[in-house]
Amino acid sequence: MAGTALRRRLTWRLGRVVDQRAETATCSRISLRVDGWGGHLPGQHVDVRLTAPDGYQAQRSYSIASAPEAATVDLVVQRVDDGEVSPYLTDVLRRDDLLELRGPIGGHFVWHADLGGPLQLIAGGSGVAPFLAMLDHRAAAAPDVPARLLVSVRRPEDLIGRDRLDRYRDTGVAVDVTVTRTAPPGWDGRTGRVTAEVLGEVAWPPSERPHVFVCGPTGFVEAVADALVATGHDPRRVKTERFG
Amino acid sequence: MAFVSRGFEGKRRAGRGAGLLPPGQYDVGDAFPVLSAGPTPRSDLAEWDLLVTGEVDRLRRWTWEEFQQLPHEEVVTDIHCVTKWSKFSTTWEGVSVDTLLDGVETAAEHVLAFCDGDYTTNLPLEDVTGGRAWVVDRYEGEPLVPEHGGPARLLVPHLYFWKSAKWVRGLQLSSFDEPGFWESLGYHNYGDPWREQRYAGD
Amino acid sequence: MTSPLDGNAAAGRLFDVFSFDATVTRVTCAGCAATEVLAELPVYADAPGMVLRCGACGQALLRLAQTPGRTWVDLRGSALLEIPT
Repeated sequence: MAGTALRRRLTWRLGRVVDQRAETATCSRISLRVDGWGGHLPGQHVDVRLTAPDGYQAQRSYSIASAPEAATVDLVVQRVDDGEVSPYLTDVLRRDDLLELRGPIGGHFVWHADLGGPLQLIAGGSGVAPFLAMLDHRAAAAPDVPARLLVSVRRPEDLIGRDRLDRYRDTGVAVDVTVTRTAPPGWDGRTGRVTAEVLGEVAWPPSERPHVFVCGPTGFVEAVADALVATGHDPRRVKTERFG
Repeated sequence: MAFVSRGFEGKRRAGRGAGLLPPGQYDVGDAFPVLSAGPTPRSDLAEWDLLVTGEVDRLRRWTWEEFQQLPHEEVVTDIHCVTKWSKFSTTWEGVSVDTLLDGVETAAEHVLAFCDGDYTTNLPLEDVTGGRAWVVDRYEGEPLVPEHGGPARLLVPHLYFWKSAKWVRGLQLSSFDEPGFWESLGYHNYGDPWREQRYAGD
Repeated sequence: MTSPLDGNAAAGRLFDVFSFDATVTRVTCAGCAATEVLAELPVYADAPGMVLRCGACGQALLRLAQTPGRTWVDLRGSALLEIPT
């Protein structure tokens, strides 16, 4: 299975939007049915391409947020205020529209049940998207794999996939959320950035030899990856994906 | 007919409509895109210098203080990027390359601009003289920010903007035309936007 | 943009050229001999072209430009590509 996902010819194809719903005030989950879709590995992404009537094109990459077991291919899109593509996807695209995409792409930043655990996932903001695919897949195919998820968001209302995170906890995933801006009253969870100390408290220790994945903005990923290596994790077992 | 995304217009409808557009370009309006082939260099002004080197009678070098003492002039010009955006009436301040080359003796016909990072671009010497090129250190009245090439960049507005090398540190004069960073990767060696010379062979 | 993406973002464009998933390729820098998997390399993907750089020394390992009818790939900064098959 892993081999075919890496070698298939990449062509642009059309997906049809069958559902669109808000994950947060600024983030949407777009569910697509893609003819000829051959499946994917959790962690892979697609390239999305928009074409204006005069032929002008804009292209971006989005992680696939759904598990291979799902009936649709889902993208979780965070609206960037002066962005060119994301506001189209969150504000203009609607059910029954067609979206041009190619994929699945990427054989490095992937986890599937055969790889086993323990699994350590660390997300900054919308970097949680590929981890939703990984943990949905875990729930379907390997619910006994030990897994921990740490998500860092600016404010509690920025947390994507809140319902899913509760379901993951029910399947035995340790889920920790930290808020980096001043938390409003009522937030009794963790606050502050992900540091080596925070990792020491909530992440698998290096002695467990976890598969570690870090995803989010470039600055976040680099700081967390540095902290992981500084606390003794094997750099070859730490995989990163930067959103820029 | 090729696929068209319903309701997608792209970012480009921001133009003021002033000025003349070279073929294939669009007016990017108030935006000023930042495109880079590498990390933004952060230059310490105490270490910065600007050189004129190569086939010259002797090396010329200015520290930042010395560069500030050279006569600066204001330049208002349109700029045209090979990625199709144009920006009208941009305002810069800097030193004419004629000033930098004043008194330099050379038989060279080519210039290679070299920069912090590994960026280079090549031009005919005659295209950076006669009032057609500057090393600029101010944009819109403010010191040029690193993202846009600060502390100083080359400005050669009659050619595509990839020739206006950011983070410029010197001009190397040569009888040999050495293709620069994009010129050696399929882009046109000269780059005249009015003849739409974007790519090699155009 | 000053913050680079990484090689995962380059995967689609590299697939057009190489017809295999380049992100799992290990690249050795011709400048400093550091070896890293392509997915983890900093990528500068603004037009006019795309540049993958060594994470250790910043040297351009792969430069790619797509012009009409041609794709140009400069690999002089890479000493070696190790491609899993």
